[in-house]
Amino acid sequence: MEQNHTKRQIKVTRNSLFEQGYLDEQFSQLEDLQDEANPNFVKEIVTLFFSDSTRLIRNVENALESYPLDFCKLDDYMHQFMGSSSSIGAKKVKNECTQFQECCKAMNADGCIRAFQRVKQEHAVLKRKLEAYFQVSL
Amino acid sequence: METVNDQIASKELHVLAVDDSNIDRKVIEKLLKVSSFKVTVVDSGSRALEYLGLEEDNNNSTHFDDLKVNMIITDYSMPGMTGFELLKKIKNSSTLKEIPVVIMSSENILTRIDRCLEEGAEDYLLKPVKLSDVKRLKDSILKTENKGTNDVETELENNNSRKRKRSDDRLPVLPSTLSCHKNVSMSPPASPQQAAPKLC
Repeated sequence: MEQNHTKRQIKVTRNSLFEQGYLDEQFSQLEDLQDEANPNFVKEIVTLFFSDSTRLIRNVENALESYPLDFCKLDDYMHQFMGSSSSIGAKKVKNECTQFQECCKAMNADGCIRAFQRVKQEHAVLKRKLEAYFQVSL
Repeated sequence: METVNDQIASKELHVLAVDDSNIDRKVIEKLLKVSSFKVTVVDSGSRALEYLGLEEDNNNSTHFDDLKVNMIITDYSMPGMTGFELLKKIKNSSTLKEIPVVIMSSENILTRIDRCLEEGAEDYLLKPVKLSDVKRLKDSILKTENKGTNDVETELENNNSRKRKRSDDRLPVLPSTLSCHKNVSMSPPASPQQAAPKLC
């Protein structure tokens, strides 16, 4: 009984992640690639994403402290961040990265700072939700 | 010594995947393995060339057969050597130019796609790459390999000018075979995003 309840919970959680736009089709592509030989494939990829992205966030924070801002470098970091977000299907994070890149291209320093706050926010929310989903700490 | 026919019969096509992103490396490796490819993954263009034996004189033919690569799939944007530069080096090499090279990129830029195709790229895939993209590649590589063993003379003629243009007689085939064109209209880009000048 309890097992069925847990399975149902997991399914409901998963569906809401898609419905609320946190994840997109790429995440289900990754799920499709998972098999008996690699039963933790999705969890591994997501773990890799969060360790990578934590590092990138630190790099961006440091870069945002320098004056004048190196928009090229920032754009580069965001390109990487956007790439990996896209690869795991992290839809909202990816969208905020795109916004950040737009600010870089416009050389809008204030815009960059604001956009980066949103990137960090979405990143933190997704981390919490996926941790709950995988029921491990990422 | 394993012949090309043996390889095709056992369907052990060997792909060399090149990407600087560790997540993308893991994903492309899985996509390729699930599609029954043998996979070698490297993190840069220079490591790819090292693996292919281009960096040093590799005259040991047996060794080369063991490493025989049937396809190279590479990310476009990489630090150091870009995927485009890697493509050029491969197409300019007498030993490696026959190997089909596929470019992967998160950016849907028509001029970039054209440039890659003109330089001899087999295909240009938009990231994130899907399983259906990889399966389609497999079909086209298998066809090429089979053709190669049956029709050497025609291949030799075709090989003299490998450069492909978007406007050549293959154009009618392109929209259905190139995954990147599925999402892109063939008319000139109207979006300011595509026309925006690069900062660096």
